[in-house]
Order: sequence, then structure tokens, then C-alpha cells
Amino acid sequence: MKTDWKPLMQRVSSEMIKSIVVSLWFVFLTFPLMVMKIRPLDQTIEWRWMNLVYVGVGAFFLSFVWRYLMARKERGSEKDEGDSWQKRIGMKIRSDKRISVSGLIGVGIFVLIFPFLFSSYQTSIMITALMYVMLGLGLNIVVGLAGLLDLGYVAFYAVGAYFYALMNHHFGIGFWAALPFAGGLAAVFGILLGFPVLRLKGDYLAIVTLGFGEIIRLILENWNELSYGPSGIAGISRPGFFGFEFTLQQHTVYLFYIMVALVALTTIVVSRLRNSRIGRAWIALREDEVACQAMGIDKTRTKLTAFALGATWAGFVGCIFAAKTTFINPASFTFMESAMILSIVVLGGMGSIVGVMVGALVLILLPEYLRAFSEYRMLAFGASMVIIMVFRPQGIISGIRQRYEFRKQPQQEVSP
Amino acid sequence: MKRLLVVVVALSVVLFSGAAFAADTIKIGVPGAHSGDLASYGLPSLNAAKLVVADINAKGGILGKKVEIVPEDDVCKPEVAANVGTKLVSEKVNVVMGHICSGATKAALNIYKDAKIITMSPSATNVDLTKSGEYPNFFRTISPDDAQANLQVVFAQKKLKVKKVAVIHDKGDYGKGLAEFAKADFEKMGIKVVLFEGITPGAVDYSAVVQKIKRSGADAVVYGGYHPEAAKIVSGMRKKKMKTIFISDDGVRDDTFIKVAGKYAEGVYATGPIDTTKNPLAIAAIEQHKKVYGTEPGAFYLNAYAATECLLQGIEKAKSTDYAAIAKSLRSNWFQTPLGKISFDAKGDAKGIGFAVYQVKNGKYVEIGK
Amino acid sequence: MDYFLELFFGGLTRGSIYALIALGYTMVYGIIQLINFAHGEIYMIGAFTALVVASALSLLGMNGLSLLMLSGVIAMIYSAAYGFTMEKIAYKPLRDAQRLSPLISAIGMSIFLQNYVLLAQTSDFVSFPALIEEFPFMESVTIMRSSELVIVVTTAVATTLLTLFIKFTRMGKAMRAVAQDKTMAMLLGVNVNRVISATFIIGSALAAVGGVLISSHIGQINFYIGFIAGIKAFTAAVLGGIGSIPGAVIGGLVLGWTESFATGYVSSDYEDVFAFGLLVFILIFRPAGILGKTTSEKV
Repeated sequence: MKTDWKPLMQRVSSEMIKSIVVSLWFVFLTFPLMVMKIRPLDQTIEWRWMNLVYVGVGAFFLSFVWRYLMARKERGSEKDEGDSWQKRIGMKIRSDKRISVSGLIGVGIFVLIFPFLFSSYQTSIMITALMYVMLGLGLNIVVGLAGLLDLGYVAFYAVGAYFYALMNHHFGIGFWAALPFAGGLAAVFGILLGFPVLRLKGDYLAIVTLGFGEIIRLILENWNELSYGPSGIAGISRPGFFGFEFTLQQHTVYLFYIMVALVALTTIVVSRLRNSRIGRAWIALREDEVACQAMGIDKTRTKLTAFALGATWAGFVGCIFAAKTTFINPASFTFMESAMILSIVVLGGMGSIVGVMVGALVLILLPEYLRAFSEYRMLAFGASMVIIMVFRPQGIISGIRQRYEFRKQPQQEVSP
Repeated sequence: MKRLLVVVVALSVVLFSGAAFAADTIKIGVPGAHSGDLASYGLPSLNAAKLVVADINAKGGILGKKVEIVPEDDVCKPEVAANVGTKLVSEKVNVVMGHICSGATKAALNIYKDAKIITMSPSATNVDLTKSGEYPNFFRTISPDDAQANLQVVFAQKKLKVKKVAVIHDKGDYGKGLAEFAKADFEKMGIKVVLFEGITPGAVDYSAVVQKIKRSGADAVVYGGYHPEAAKIVSGMRKKKMKTIFISDDGVRDDTFIKVAGKYAEGVYATGPIDTTKNPLAIAAIEQHKKVYGTEPGAFYLNAYAATECLLQGIEKAKSTDYAAIAKSLRSNWFQTPLGKISFDAKGDAKGIGFAVYQVKNGKYVEIGK
Repeated sequence: MDYFLELFFGGLTRGSIYALIALGYTMVYGIIQLINFAHGEIYMIGAFTALVVASALSLLGMNGLSLLMLSGVIAMIYSAAYGFTMEKIAYKPLRDAQRLSPLISAIGMSIFLQNYVLLAQTSDFVSFPALIEEFPFMESVTIMRSSELVIVVTTAVATTLLTLFIKFTRMGKAMRAVAQDKTMAMLLGVNVNRVISATFIIGSALAAVGGVLISSHIGQINFYIGFIAGIKAFTAAVLGGIGSIPGAVIGGLVLGWTESFATGYVSSDYEDVFAFGLLVFILIFRPAGILGKTTSEKV
């Protein structure tokens, strides 16, 4: 019996040593920033030795958790993909109409009564989350389907928002009249961006789109005659409803339903698009540009439609954004915003519609619910992004690729 | 599925924990930029609110109730500010001390107006916030852009006798707003504005702008913006041995500016609330910050200190947390604050916060004229 | 003419800083095709470490060149350690994942590190001591200052050393091999993990050099300085042709000059518009950057 204990003890001690090494490393790493703190007042150093202990003990235990999760991830990837429980449930839902239909109805009912269940704060952040669902679905066309890395998506969002704000400010044009044109204008901008970048690939495309986004923001900041500069445009009308007067709370509820309807519309359109001729062309383009061209797909047109159709949704959401906050200024359209939308797409699961929805809900609602941690909010948010990516690199919900399998049919069915 | 359950339970705990509050406190919402690039202008206000509230609670609170702070991070973005506003309303705060940026304030103000919550900003200087008359619930303990710009211009013309000026701003809602008023006022007085430009905040250095100022031949630079960029420009100018006068605003009249710019800060003019260097309350407030946080207080600290005190004293003098009662109390009473004895006019701007011009002399801001 | 020269040297200084940070970007990109968005934060951490260390050392009475050297070296060590750890935590587990996953992980890392420094140190700007002293022989020169000279010279030296390192050392050869073909390099017995770690270490140390020099040149830092510097350096790296070391330097300089001249002769309102405009313009004609090789695809 004694011999059985030995390997275990060895393993425990080797794990302990590993964790101690990690813990010492982090103590070393965080020493100058966590322990020492300059007091600019009298140019002295404040020594916070207790932080050393926290870091050491924290790193010691977290390293166990980290290694355990890593090992699990390794084991998980060794196993057959089709065997994991998520996949099985996914397959089940897909194959069984009853589950999927009743699930959809359940979700639908929950969504419809949501504003009455929760406070208007909850409704309000849910509207924001739904706006990002739409933005994510739009960017998903460009990044997820067509494989064009776009870091300046926020530009189209800004175009939509400023279009409605200016139209409303100067001509008193209402939300519903402006909405379709906001989308259209954004699409035009999408094509404008698309032309110069047709030849670019991968990360060169990324930096040019990033530059494009920044240029749009800088123009909004500097061109006072057009955009009123950084002081922004206030007093934008909220969406109307056949001339009814709403209170603020009713407006929130109304906007929530508008958003739900628009997300539903986006979902339907995007999923139809994905399985259309153009959608397949996008996917083909993403997979192999050369082969795609050889198959007779017009590369220019395919890329431009991806930019245009992706931008359209951002234009819509921009319009809603202006109507929701009733005030806009260029501060809302920074590069970080583009990065956030991209994160939604990748973190949720590229190419997958449900994935993008989950990604948007996680990334937008997480910082809101992390408010309980007050000053540690963004620290926790950054860490969660890394952790989610490390442990689910394919995204929370990975896109299920359409597969057309050839299965040998059972004999008796083939022969009549 | 168990994992999912755990997540759902954990989330709902977080979600509803906010709802379980005791009703016998007075809640003051403190929204502002607490993270991101503008955190250094938002966090000092939060510190100020914390110190004031700790003091008041130590004395037994107001109206027999303890005061509780509800801090919310709006990152100075309008859309986040709107959500934060809704959150504060649903948490039933009695008053709001914030937001920091004018844009964020504008986005959230309608929500507070609708919910009848008095809002007092320590730093939103946009003119429309008070002058438009659209926001009867809004007050502030900082002077609006036009007043501050006018003071700078008059001072530059009368005392410094400048002939040509360069007006520089940081493209932000605070800095650009000020700079535009300054430019208009200078032109009205017939002083030539030889340069009007926005710089990119956070850029590595501003040597090109400094060269441009030098070439423009301006006697003085009027800068609208915050101290980090101002410090870079001033040191850049002085290191190039330029003696151009530098005039700036409240965002620069901050001891951190002197710490950062060091000897180059000497001689810089900045406008700010009257007489805070001699006001015993201001000295005490600054000492308190040094004692608790070990650093000089940052931007808008005294404004936020004053705003929190006004709000809480206003409630105490109104003997109620009712919207109309507080508003009336704020408009009819005078409050002792680090910014002096102040009250508020019908539009919400502070009365009694005179503005004065300060100059850095021997590493300290000294008041030199009103 | 003086005006032109001053703008020229101003742009040269700024460009050198971009180049120092861009080197790290370009090296990492060349080897694992990752846009390391957290690289700017490493630069910021380098500057902060130097500040803390320099304050501590000057309390002990150290000053002058030895202070600059010692705090600079410690900052490099720490930045390298952060870069190394960051790679192990956030990028190594994602090596075989889809291409965009490490990018998002990098964005998360960037947010995390910013807020880590914000919480551990301060949100406010703090003054950074002028570690580089004015040289007596620069007294009469008006168009350039000592610290600017130091920055430019350091960049030149660092780039040269790095180029020699990559060309002639074993590790440099291994790096080139991994950049060309990771799998093949592995088969030939190159320890890919070690090469990648070495890349992060060198890139991060260079970023720290940039951080220390520029901070002591402009005299202040806060937790957010890495973000803009990072984006600009990334732009520079792409402009020069990402993956190429001389390209990063040329890209940095071109970007620095563009910004400087745009401000000087046009307006600083649109400084960044010019920078990005130039980028688009160059990429239209040279889709792989100034020094990037346009590889024709074989089918």
C-alpha cells in the first residue's frame, strides 16, 4: 500500500513547487508597481508590503486553478469534437424541432415581458446591449463571413448617428424618416472605404480601416460648421409613435421594443444573406481569395457588398443611438468602440449569429454588472476577456459550419 | 448545465444585491470618469465627495440620516452616462454630484430632470447647460466657458497689453469651448488672433506646435484644456528659450501642473476661483486630501468638494430631500465652501465664485487680479 | 530654413520614439502574425517602473548618468518580464487558435494592464524626473535639445544592434527561421517556444527604452500613455512593412515627419488625418508597406 502514495506525493510536491515558482515570479513582477508607490507630494516612496503577501498567496492558488483548467482544456480538445456536451446539446436543439420552437417561444415571451419585470435601468442597458448585438451582426458580415478585418467599424456608426442628429437639428426630420437613409448613407461610406482598400490584405486592411475610423472622428471633432465639434449636438428627438406623448420611462420601453424588432429583422436578414449566393461568395473569399476568383466570383463586387451591407447596420444603430441618448459628440466614436465591437464578434464566435448575440450580451452587460466591484470593474473586464479567449479560443459559441456529408444510404431505401 | 446554473445564480446575486438597500440613508450619486483616458479628471471629484461625506457622517449625518455615496463610472461617454443616469435614478439617489464632462452631463441631465433629481456638476462648463434654461435641476460650482474666457481676454488686454495672441485648445468639449469664446472676445477687442489650433491630447510631444507658436510671433498663448498638455507645451516653449506669455484655465490651475512642469511653470497665468489659497476651508480640504491619499488633489477637487457640501447643506437647510425644497434652498441660502461663500442663481450658475487670475510664483499659484 | 530644420528634428525625435516601439510590434508580428495591442502598455509599464526605481534611487542619493542607466536597465528587465509573462498567459495557449483570438486577448490584456497601473499607482499625471542632463556642448544649439539627441542616437544604436543580432547570432537565425516557417523550423530542431519568448523579451525591452527616454524628455506620465503611442507605433510598423525591422524604423520616421510637417505647415487640427491619409496613400501603391515584400501567390 505504501508504494501507492509515493507517486501521488511526488506529484503533489512537484505541483507545489510549480506554484511556488509562479508565485515568486509574480511577486518579483509586481514588486515595483504594487509594493512601491511614489508620493509625488514629497517625492518619497510608500512601501506597501502587504500587497506582496496578497500577490504571492493569490498567485500561488490561482496557478493551481489555471493549470487545472488548462489540463481540462487539453483533455477536452483531445476528445472527439462531436462528443462534448455543448455540441451534443447544440445538435439536439437543431435536430429536435420541438425543443427549438419551444425554446424560441420561451425566449420570445421573456423578451416581451422584460421591461415589465425589470427596472428601467435594466431595460436601458438591455437596449444598449441589443444595439451592440446589431453592430456585432453587421460587423460579422465583414469580419466573420468575408474575412476582412475592419478596425474602423465605428465610423459607420458615427455616420448614422450624425446623419440623424443633423437632420433632426436642422430640418426637424423624425426618427422613422431618417432611419432608412442613415443606413443608406452608411452603406455609401462603406463603399467609399472599400474602394481604396480592395488590394489590401489582412493586417494592412486592419490599419487602414482603423485610420479611416479615426479620420471620420477627427473631422467630426474639428469641422465645427458641420458637426458642432466636441460640444456635440443636444436635444435630438426620441422616436415618435403616431404623435403620442410618452414619459421617459415609456420611451425606454418603446425603444426597447423597437430594438427587439430591429434585432429580429437583422437576424433574419443576416441569416438569409449568409445562405444566399453572395453570402457563400463571402465565405469563399474568406477561405481562399485565389480559388474564389478562379471560380468566377467577382472579387471587387463581393468585397464592396460586404463593406456596404456591413456598414448599413451600423448606420441604423447610429440613428438609434442618437435617438436614445438625445445627445451625441465625437467622444462616443473612438477606436476603443471599434475594438469592442470586434471583440463581440470574435469572443462570441465568429460567423455564428447566436455567438455574436451572446458575445454582445456578455461584453456589454459584464461591465455593467461588474459595477458592483466599483474601481476594479475594468480590471476584471480586461481579465475576463483574456480568460474567455484563452479557454474558449473559438468563441463562446463557435459557428457551426454547414457541412454537406455524403452518407451511404441504406440499401433498401435506394432500391425501390 | 450545472455550470450555467452557477453563472445564472451568481449574476442574479450581483443583479439584485443593489436592490437590497436600507431606506434610511441619504444617497448621493457621484458619476464621472473613473477609468479610461479621462479618469484623472473624474477620480479627484470622487475623492472629494468621499472626504466630505466621511466628515459629515462622523458628525452624525444630516437630517438624522447617514449619507451614502453611489459612485458610477461613465468614462465621459454620453451613452454610458445615459445608462449611468438611469441606474442612479433606479437606485433612488436623492441628489447627484457630477458628471465631469459637459457631453456626459448633457446626455444624462434629461434623465435626472425627468426623475426630479437635483444635479450639481463640479466641472461641466458648457454654456448651454445653464443659459439655455432647459435644465432647471442643474447647478454647477464652476464658471461657464464664456465667463472664464472673458476674464482671460480682459486680463490679457488690460494687464498684459498683448497685441497678438495664439489660441490653442485640446479639441475636447471643455478646452475647445473655452478657446472659441476666447477667440471671439479677442477679435471683438481688436486683438489679432494669429493662430487658432487644436492639438491632439496624449500625443508624444508638441514640438511642432511650439515651433508654430514661435513663428507666429504671438506675444501670448491662450490655452484651453487640461494640465498635462499645458505642461508639455510650456516646457517645450521654455526649453526653446521662448518667453511667450502663457495663459490658461481652471483645468491648468492645479498644483499637479506645477509639479509636472517644474521650473518651467514659473510665470504661467491661469484663471480659477477667487482666493482659494487663503480660504481656510480650502486649505483644510487640501490638507485632508494629502493626509488621506498622500497626494496633491487633482483637477476640480475643490469644485467637487464645494458641490458636495452645497448639496448636503442644501438638503439640511431645506430639512427635506424633496426636489423643489432643495432647489429653493440652493437658490436662497449661502453656503460656506472651499470656494468661498456661494449661492446659486435662477439658472443654476454659482454666485459668489468670483474668478481671479493666478500666476505661478516660486512654485505656487498666487492670485494677482480679479 | 530654421523653421524647417526645427520641424525636421522635432519629427525625427517623435519618429524615433515611434520606431523604438514599432520594433517590438514588428518583431512579434513577424514571428507569430499577432498584432500585439498590449505592446503600448509594456512601454507604459517600463516608464512607470523607471519612475518608481529612479525615485527610490535618488532618495539614496544617486544621480546623473548612473541613475539613468540603472533605472533604465531595471525598467528594461521589468518590461521584458511583463512581455514574457503576457505571452505565456494570453498568447501561448492561443497559438493554434483562429487568427483573431489572440488579437482580442491582446485587447483584453491592454485594458487589464492599464487598469492595473491605474489602481496600483495613480490615475493622475505624475512628473517624471529629467534623467537626461543637458550636455554642455549643446548649449549653443537651438534647433535640437540634448534629450532629443539622446533619443535619436539611442534609436539608431538599438536598431543597428538589433539588426546585427538578427543577422549573426544563433537566436537571430532561429528567429528568422521561425518567421519564415514555424513548422519547418520546429522540425529542424529550433525551440519555437524559446524563440517566441526571446522575441517578446527583446521587443518589450526596446519599448521600455522608448518609455524611459520619452518620459524623461517630456517630464510626465500616467497610466494611459501607452495607448496612443501603441496605435501610432502600430501604424508606423505597418507603414514600413510589418515584419521588417528597417521598415519599422523608416515607418516611424516617415510618420513622425508627416505629423511634424503637417502641424507646421498646415494645421495640427488635422495632424492625424494627414498621418492616416499618408498611410492609405502609401498602401494603395505599395500594399505591403514601404519595405514590405509583395509576395506573389503561388497556386
